[in-house]
Amino acid sequence: MSGGVDSSTVAAMLRAQGHNVIGLTMQLWNQRRLAGREGMPESVQGRCCSLDDVYDARRVAQQIGIPYYVVNHEESFEREVVRPFVEEYLSGRTPIPCSLCNNHLKFEQLHLVARQIGAERVATGHYARVSFCEQTQRWLLKRPADRSKDQTYFLFGLTQEQLSRTLFPLGDMTKPEVRESARQHGLALAEKPDSQEICFVPGGDYKRFIDAYLAEQRDALPDTAGELVTTNGEAIGEHTGIHNFTVGQRKGLGLATGSPLYVIQISGANKQVIVGGDEHLYSRKLRARRVNLISVDDLHEPMRVSVKIRHRHEPAPAVIAKAGSDEIVVTFDEPQRAITPGQSAVFYDGDIVVGGGWIA
Amino acid sequence: MQRVYLDNNATTPLLPEVFEAMRPYFGEQFGNASSIHHHGQNTRAAVENARESVAALLGCAASEIVFTSGGTESDNLAIAGLVKSGDHVITSGIEHHAVLHAVNHLEEIGCEITVLPVDERCLVDPEDVKRALRPNTKLVTIMMANNETGVLQAVEEIGKVAAEAGILFHTDAVQAAGKVAIDVKRIGCQALSISGHKLHGPQGTGALYVKKATHLQPLFHGGRHERSRRAGTENVPGIVGLGQAAKLAKDGLDNGATEKLAVMRDGLERRVLEQIEDAHVNGTCAPRVPNTTNIRFGHIEGEALVIALDLKGLAVSTGAACSSGAIEPSHVLIAMGLRPDQARGSIRFSLGKQTAEADVDFALSLIPSTVSRLRDLSPTYDKKAVTT
Repeated sequence: MSGGVDSSTVAAMLRAQGHNVIGLTMQLWNQRRLAGREGMPESVQGRCCSLDDVYDARRVAQQIGIPYYVVNHEESFEREVVRPFVEEYLSGRTPIPCSLCNNHLKFEQLHLVARQIGAERVATGHYARVSFCEQTQRWLLKRPADRSKDQTYFLFGLTQEQLSRTLFPLGDMTKPEVRESARQHGLALAEKPDSQEICFVPGGDYKRFIDAYLAEQRDALPDTAGELVTTNGEAIGEHTGIHNFTVGQRKGLGLATGSPLYVIQISGANKQVIVGGDEHLYSRKLRARRVNLISVDDLHEPMRVSVKIRHRHEPAPAVIAKAGSDEIVVTFDEPQRAITPGQSAVFYDGDIVVGGGWIA
Repeated sequence: MQRVYLDNNATTPLLPEVFEAMRPYFGEQFGNASSIHHHGQNTRAAVENARESVAALLGCAASEIVFTSGGTESDNLAIAGLVKSGDHVITSGIEHHAVLHAVNHLEEIGCEITVLPVDERCLVDPEDVKRALRPNTKLVTIMMANNETGVLQAVEEIGKVAAEAGILFHTDAVQAAGKVAIDVKRIGCQALSISGHKLHGPQGTGALYVKKATHLQPLFHGGRHERSRRAGTENVPGIVGLGQAAKLAKDGLDNGATEKLAVMRDGLERRVLEQIEDAHVNGTCAPRVPNTTNIRFGHIEGEALVIALDLKGLAVSTGAACSSGAIEPSHVLIAMGLRPDQARGSIRFSLGKQTAEADVDFALSLIPSTVSRLRDLSPTYDKKAVTT
């Protein structure tokens, strides 16, 4: 229970259905920790894991009459999510912490807590569907009824074991229906705004977050400054650090040229940011690593799927083929713009999530 | 569902006799104890009777008792009230946050602070106090009994060191009062804090012993209540409850009830150690209050154990709750040299006057099976030989 509308409504619905419900909030990050450091905001009102959200979650639990506990997972969140997030940026990739958090915290850790305290299932407010396929004898992860809220992109790491213990009660509902259900259950937070950005990065200013985190850890910011290089290998300027760039970025290059230039590639090894015209951003191939397959146990032959390469990306037709024990090569029918290392590639067969991996 | 409460160091249930003593002061006995009329005279008498009962528990004069809103206020009043900018203060790393954070705040007003370590038994070495003395040392504040381990400090030794150095000594006796005999003269302290709800009195009540002729700056400014040491209209029902609880606590010390508590605690401890492998008592090699045991279970997340036990009806605790209600590893156990995972795997069981043998039996019916289930799920458990 995050203290938001979705998980609160899930708790109220399950309770009303007569389930024996236990409310859990994961304390993941102390928002006060970096407040005021290196230009980070002093005020941490309304942030994830803020006292306000814990208060809201606890009030819902009290209102619907379920036991409620806050479990402290700050250590593993920092180890599994925050550090990799910072390290990915510093090595020139564009990380996606929500997938790490879902895999390692929401599903590994929370499922462990559930089993420790004797709970059979874990229900969350994610927008996704889970079902069992009799034919293949596999648990399936599917896209939800409300496509605008689809969170399957962040859930590609779920194992069969995890899916078998998971309930996504909002999978068949739209967000307006969820708010209506919250109202019908008398939840005071029915109108609470949705959370948007990365929960531990205030205002989405990740550069400031990285500065503040490294200052707190007493690591000087590793010097990732280097050259701006064209696709022909010609050095045309300097940049302040590769973590300030992401593939496809146009603004902030500090270059005055006739035609618009974009970040095409970031080379962590030699600290180069490679820039070029829009046409260089398109590519038909990507390699996904640390792949997890859901609807199939293995990829024996190439498979025709749709592949989503960032959260706000319409899945594009492609063929996936095995390229190692946990690697897959994706070949799109049409070139895709700004395939970004560090993001994930998730494979869909219609509504069904075939699996996914991390873009190399 | 049957519920058993073994978290009496967090708070204790109000005894029925205490509630009965308080009841008239919520109703017909409503006067302001400072008023000169009949109503005021009645409540003033009740307040002074309570003061005598608290004084009797601590072995001091009634005029040396200041009523407060609880242990935290008593600690803050003593610490802020006895030092000024430029003074040096000595404390220990295992104090309750009411002391530690109050002392840390003194740094901001220009005081110097020394935080003494403890050994693996949870004990401060009085020689360390002596070694920490400086020319400007004004106060040493070291607790009498620790809230998490129950370990009793050598307060009389520390009192001697303070007396020889001519400095003030405050002790937080919140977890000692009612569990062991307290005699402020033997301790040799100038200030001592107690809390009502830790000895079966009401929450929101406490007292500070301040030795006669000790200059104490008040925290609150206002009327001349409590001999100008604590402004504000007295919480008469609360004070009456605290007085009654103090009286019953003294009776318990005199009639052997606390020894019986120790027997029950020892039985719980022995049976847990017999039935569960890789379980150890934290602070077992030091004198302890009779109601507390802090047991470390290898390969266990205390947080999960506390939740699992609560869902089955047994209330115990681990570590300290942070502002969200999540658990942080105990600073006390860390100060004793435990690793963070050992601190997180430690559970405090604390008994109260209401605890019966059947409650201990109930606890024993749940703890071994729950620990065993958690260990089956632990990624580190099977990999290790379990003979330690």
